[in-house]
Amino acid sequence: MSKVRLATVWLDGCSGCHMSFLDMDERILEIAARVEVVYSPLVDLKEFPADVDVTIVEGGVSSEEDLHKIRMVRSRTKLLIALGDCAVTSNVPGMRNTFKVDDVMKRAYFENADLNQQNPSDVIPKLLPRTRPVHEIVPVDVFLPGCPPPADVIFGALVSLLDGTTPDLSATRFGR
Amino acid sequence: MSSRPSAKPTAPAPSSKVKTLTIDDRLVSAREDESILDAARQNGIQIPTLCNLDGLTPVGACRLCMVEVKGSSKLFASCVTMVGEGMEVVTDSERLQNYRKTIVELLFSERNHICAVCVSNGHCELQNLAQLLGVTHLTVPYRNPKLPVDASHERFVNDHNRCVLCQRCVRVCGEVEGAHTWDLRGRGIDTRVITDLNQPWGSSETCTGCGKCVHVCPTGALTEKGKSIREMAKQSRFLPYLTMMREDRSE
Repeated sequence: MSKVRLATVWLDGCSGCHMSFLDMDERILEIAARVEVVYSPLVDLKEFPADVDVTIVEGGVSSEEDLHKIRMVRSRTKLLIALGDCAVTSNVPGMRNTFKVDDVMKRAYFENADLNQQNPSDVIPKLLPRTRPVHEIVPVDVFLPGCPPPADVIFGALVSLLDGTTPDLSATRFGR
Repeated sequence: MSSRPSAKPTAPAPSSKVKTLTIDDRLVSAREDESILDAARQNGIQIPTLCNLDGLTPVGACRLCMVEVKGSSKLFASCVTMVGEGMEVVTDSERLQNYRKTIVELLFSERNHICAVCVSNGHCELQNLAQLLGVTHLTVPYRNPKLPVDASHERFVNDHNRCVLCQRCVRVCGEVEGAHTWDLRGRGIDTRVITDLNQPWGSSETCTGCGKCVHVCPTGALTEKGKSIREMAKQSRFLPYLTMMREDRSE
């Protein structure tokens, strides 16, 4: 049996969900035996590959880069998993949503900057008007809420999906 | 106050009539002045609720406790619907589950409930309901309204971002504390809880600072000052006890 091609991507989040993923400790070997990790912040690869079976996405969709990335990821992935509250609800990155982007930029790069006060829009990706949950942009197949979702839930969900059964999500929730 | 059936621990008065009905195909009996919710709970049948709190007059604000009654196509809030002879009640159908999930989703979308950084994370009835009903994400868009936080009171904070308009604060303040500091203003999605004549809580002349509103609040809307994330555990169990002791004294 050929291995399942697994990718993970990191949009606007703190990487805590990736940490929680690694928190499954030695059980990660069970997962590793059944999947091939083809793309991840943990893998040194620049291009997101084609024909990915499962992609786990952490983080909300905040910038034009996130938007481009998630659309491209969706088009190359069979099963998309939204991992954690930022991907599922927009969570903390979404706390700026009640402010205008200009005001957010002014606060970060002028009011709170001591040196080189300037707008960085030429250098870093432009922020979207609001941070959005992944499923408001592209269809999502599985939702794993939690900040972060517990390692047990991530492990259990991956095993269920690899076995072709429905994951049990009763042990996680918004916030946690 | 006297028509508060759920808080009465005493045996039924001889004059009150008993009704027989079925809830989820189980034959049960209840006093005629008891609600469907009371009857269900007395028989170990759980119906999800949010605005309801033992010891306060039910208002049917959240609609989570809606049930089906045979012979009618409309749904009934079981906390404010009295039992009737021969009633056939269904508390848990696919239709009801879908409505309940939608209600929870709408509550999350209406304001800014950011559980991960909320003082009530881990102690929140809305968060628990989402988990209980299997709400893993929202199918409606977030509104992200800009809402104020009133931290003018010496000891308490009112964060409108987390309010679900259950009116427990309004009821406990009016019915139990007798101060009626809290009330509602506005309509529909613009409704807000207010103190006195819509003025900062700290400037309220009627607030006694008793903190009952804080401890009956199901979410992180009303909290004690100085609490950090996860620290605001509510103690609402004083309420049925207080009500019971007061009724004992009056009898």
